[in-house]
Amino acid sequence: MALRKWLDGVEHHFQDGGRYQSFYPLFEAVDTIFYKPSSVTRSTAHVRDGVDLKRIMITVWLAAFPAMFYGMYNLGFQANEILAVTGGSVDGWRGSLIAAFGGNDSGNIWHNMWFGALYFVPIYLVTFVVGGFWEVLFAVKRGHEINEGFFVTSILFALVCPPDLPLWQAALGISFGIVIGKEVFGGTGKNFLNPALTGRAFLYFAYPAQLSGDAVWTAVDGYSGATPLGLVASEGMTALQAQYTWMDSFIGAIPGSIGETSTLMVMIGGAILLLTKVASWRVVAGVFLGMFVFSSFLNLVGSDSNPAFSMPWYWHMVVGGFAFGMFFMATDPVSAAMTNRGRWAYGFLIGLMTVLIRVINPAFPEGIMLAILFANLFAPLFDHFAVQANIKRRLARVQ
Amino acid sequence: MEYYLGLFVRAIFIENMALSVFLGMCTFLAVSKKVSAAIGLGIAVVVVLTITVPVNNLIYNYLLADGALAWAGLPDVDLSFLGLLSYIGVIAALVQILEMFLDKYVPALYNALGVFLPLITVNCAILGASLLMVERDYNFGESVVFGAGAGVGWALAIVALAGIREKLKYSDVPDGLQGLGITFITVGLMSLGFMALGGIDL
Repeated sequence: MALRKWLDGVEHHFQDGGRYQSFYPLFEAVDTIFYKPSSVTRSTAHVRDGVDLKRIMITVWLAAFPAMFYGMYNLGFQANEILAVTGGSVDGWRGSLIAAFGGNDSGNIWHNMWFGALYFVPIYLVTFVVGGFWEVLFAVKRGHEINEGFFVTSILFALVCPPDLPLWQAALGISFGIVIGKEVFGGTGKNFLNPALTGRAFLYFAYPAQLSGDAVWTAVDGYSGATPLGLVASEGMTALQAQYTWMDSFIGAIPGSIGETSTLMVMIGGAILLLTKVASWRVVAGVFLGMFVFSSFLNLVGSDSNPAFSMPWYWHMVVGGFAFGMFFMATDPVSAAMTNRGRWAYGFLIGLMTVLIRVINPAFPEGIMLAILFANLFAPLFDHFAVQANIKRRLARVQ
Repeated sequence: MEYYLGLFVRAIFIENMALSVFLGMCTFLAVSKKVSAAIGLGIAVVVVLTITVPVNNLIYNYLLADGALAWAGLPDVDLSFLGLLSYIGVIAALVQILEMFLDKYVPALYNALGVFLPLITVNCAILGASLLMVERDYNFGESVVFGAGAGVGWALAIVALAGIREKLKYSDVPDGLQGLGITFITVGLMSLGFMALGGIDL
């Protein structure tokens, strides 16, 4: 209770006329992390559900944890496997920390975890601190509350980054995503693009040498291999199946971005989101349906020159971060369509565009991220037409 | 057939007139406040482009290009310096006809478009498409597909922008960025989204 007393004791400094009055959002953020707000509704009750923005965002944040922890393990596992073959080791401060507390045995869970943490935690920390700085700056300037939406943006951004991303690029990407993607429009709920994806796409096009192409991402310098999608595009399905099994890809024992390799872990998080109704099942179903229909269509059509046409839907689902995009990115309630019919159309467009980008343009290993960004542009339009159709139908009923 | 389909898709998405080539910006920014007006203007641009690009193609290939007048017994004449003038003339005439047609038969759309319909004449996307057609040596069939594709792409972009701007009415934009400022940022972000298809080889 000492904390409560202390908070109450300093509160008057932050209120109107206090010394730190412009920093009230910071005080409010700390206060509501530890305690429920004491303000209550005074007029007619309007609360229908206890689920508020804070709880929604924290749910998404927690739902990303399975993917995050597995991602750290897998990052270490992949890197240690490669190091075992090449006989190299990691240099610098990471190398000394690995030597001090872990090792490079890919059979050892702790070694893999520790290795992965040394790569993921700095990226996440930088994302969080830099993004948080912008968030707080805008909140203080505007006199808004600091919004928990940032927890989600930061973890989603960090999870779709390649493990060897330079930290300054992470800082630059999240800055662009938060400031240009969200804050210039007025903050949470006012933007039209997913801020995490905006930052990621910015990095894609600003530093294409590191962030696109068909070379696989691992934490080991100088190692290069083809991504699953690159393999399919250049050599066809048999080459892919020779290197990775479907089960490996489903569980996530393949190299890739930190948080997206494991379809299984993402699905666990996704199930939480769907059961708590934080994510719209219509969007998820639409994405899946779009991918299924268009990839099956391409299977039927076939192509002599492009082997990626023959990639079946169950492979599309387990590589290239498809599940992560489907459950976590596409369902962002702000940038997705908001009407039920609009959600179907929006999801379907994402699924279709994902397959299209993958098949035609394998240089973007995570086509789904760009497909979602593309669909975000059309989400307001789907809503517009859904609303117009509703108005028309009801008018017809009246007349 | 597949080649024409590729050309069409390319003109719509990859070389989108508004979001990749940044042509026709003035109307693009000015008439994108309401979805209904944007759809009307989009359709008008599609119609004008689908007609003018092939017409200009015929004019270029049979009148203006080096040696195009061979059929008239003048194989040494090169009138291509008249290109710019002729294309604009064709566009202006067609827009006038379209305007009279709309005024007569679709007055609602005519009123919604207002001054922007005559402004299509100086919409750089229209002239740009004709010039690109000449530069790339399209034949008649290609120019029809390219004109229609460029128009559909531009229409798609302006309708999407109008949808986004209707949604952004509820946003809280800082004072200095109100109006055109935020629209420029929006268009920039949209073209980021369209870049997903860049580098596609069809």
